[in-house]
Amino acid sequence: MDNALIEARHLKKYFDTPRGKLHAVDDVSFTIAKGTTMGVVGESGCGKSTLGRTMIHLLESTDGQIFFNGEDVTKVDKKKLHDLREQMQIIFQDPYSSLNPRMTVSETVQEPLIRSKRFSKAEIAERAEAIMNTVGLDERLWNSYPHELDGGRRQRIGVARAIALDPSFVVCDEPVSALDVSIQAQVLNLLQDLQEEKGLTYMFITHDLSVVRHISTHICVMYLGQLVETCPSKELFQSPLHPYTKALLSAVPSTDILHKKERILLRGELVSPIEPKPGCRFAARCNYACDKCHEPQTLEEVSPGHFVSCCRVKEING
Amino acid sequence: MSENKNDVLLSIKDLEVVYTAGGATVHAVNGVSFEVKRGQSLGLVGETGAGKTTIAKSILGVLPDPPAKVLGGEIFLDGQDLLKTAEKDMRKIRGKKISMIFQDPMTALNPLMTVGDQIAEVVALHENVNKKQAMEKAMEMLEMVGIPGERYAEYPHQFSGGMKQRVVIAIALACNPELLLADEPTTALDVTIQAQVMEMIADLQKKLNTAMILITHDLGIVAESCDMVAVIYAGEIVELATKEELFLHPTHPYTIGLFGSIPSLTADVDRLTPIPGLPANPEALPEGCHFHPRCSKCTEACKSGEVPFVEIRPGHFVRCGLCSK
Repeated sequence: MDNALIEARHLKKYFDTPRGKLHAVDDVSFTIAKGTTMGVVGESGCGKSTLGRTMIHLLESTDGQIFFNGEDVTKVDKKKLHDLREQMQIIFQDPYSSLNPRMTVSETVQEPLIRSKRFSKAEIAERAEAIMNTVGLDERLWNSYPHELDGGRRQRIGVARAIALDPSFVVCDEPVSALDVSIQAQVLNLLQDLQEEKGLTYMFITHDLSVVRHISTHICVMYLGQLVETCPSKELFQSPLHPYTKALLSAVPSTDILHKKERILLRGELVSPIEPKPGCRFAARCNYACDKCHEPQTLEEVSPGHFVSCCRVKEING
Repeated sequence: MSENKNDVLLSIKDLEVVYTAGGATVHAVNGVSFEVKRGQSLGLVGETGAGKTTIAKSILGVLPDPPAKVLGGEIFLDGQDLLKTAEKDMRKIRGKKISMIFQDPMTALNPLMTVGDQIAEVVALHENVNKKQAMEKAMEMLEMVGIPGERYAEYPHQFSGGMKQRVVIAIALACNPELLLADEPTTALDVTIQAQVMEMIADLQKKLNTAMILITHDLGIVAESCDMVAVIYAGEIVELATKEELFLHPTHPYTIGLFGSIPSLTADVDRLTPIPGLPANPEALPEGCHFHPRCSKCTEACKSGEVPFVEIRPGHFVRCGLCSK
């Protein structure tokens, strides 16, 4: 892809557990273009958050590479990492536990500016005020503590903190899941406004498919650490190709009561991601599984820009 | 749906519940009335703190008093006023005539008891059976919710989230209740598992002719599993209608706002139209229509006085000053 901002190549992240290696992210490759939003969807435990955290070096990758602005940043020294962190930020899911309860709103927003050591005291105060205004935090709240605020306002602090240093890449890890629908829409609009204004690139992690469709330009679908399908957002909802994506989309309850959609019900439960067998991890629940599915699968470009990891994709979709 | 009055299973009139703590009074439920017929499902939709769970807990009679206090109203189940029923008798109703599925399957089960025994416990308590028969019934319920009977003697930690929620459902349905209160039964589950669980609840409900009150904030789930919908804001029902009426002709500005806040799965919308402001503070509810500070259509008349609950079309009720003119 041209104008790529960040790219993952065969990225892997394994965790050691008493029962063996847990393959949280297993051989995932994708590219995010500047100023776009990559949505990452999948069910709990599929490795979406681990992937997000590995991308911005909150977790060290086990294998594979991450390119940022064309440069391999997988193994960098401490000094370089400090600079890199200013470019890559994260908004966490839980606006209750991700804020320091003993810091006021303005202290929290100033923290990254102080840590960057680039600004004078006066600049820090001035910048923090500008950012708090941008995200819609009223002046009367600047000296409040997180416990005095509701979830929506707290999440605005999380957003303000993430954009304080003018990063180019922001990982949004389920930023609206803990919020009520009416507040959720306010925060989604804020994120879109900021992207337009500052040309931000997002990686938007969520399990909510209607939210991801709304905000993303491209989407990655993950299942138990593996990337099963990635393509432009519209295309994914119009013509999903992987059997898991099809089942996932059909399972979302729709508010359209006039058109009842056909539901693909899956059998069985998720298999364990600890020391998994080779091959497709969805095979155990897949209606199309065959012997070939237990061999390692590769992500193939089925149509321009539409990648699927399924050996039977052509047969299934005619 | 038959219009036979005798079909009414649950009837709530003017229910009012407050919580008092530290000198402050939280008006959680402010005069809620509705009916549920046998075999029917009613969706209670609203945001956090709207009073949905408080309504369910008042029906079951499990509100912690103090701090909660039922100030007034009636809850009739099959002609019996549950608010005037003694605790001793309520115990016989809970789990037998009314049962509840709680939101979080991880904490609703006893970690020290096998899942089978937890189902058998309810059966032994309410039905006239011996231990062996109770165990057989429990085994049967496990199979009914799609869990192999041989897992009877396993403990909750050996089950996944979706399976735990199925055990909770098996417990709730073990005594063929007439009314099922489902409080966000699938919020803690993934969508593919959610689809399995909702399908199962619907099947069992049909088989046993159970009425259900489904509490949720997800309009999609309501669209798929309810006959009637009540939208709650600040402890009041602001709109009540059949599902078809409500989804095709939403009328209250709050209901319209809820629909504008959810991104669509099929249509392209550049920007969402959220409801401005924050949910009403139940300690200091606004005068007049409780929604007026957030309402784009608010007029002077909305800021004071009682707002009547008006039937704008047969069976479609709205609490909005603009509709009563």
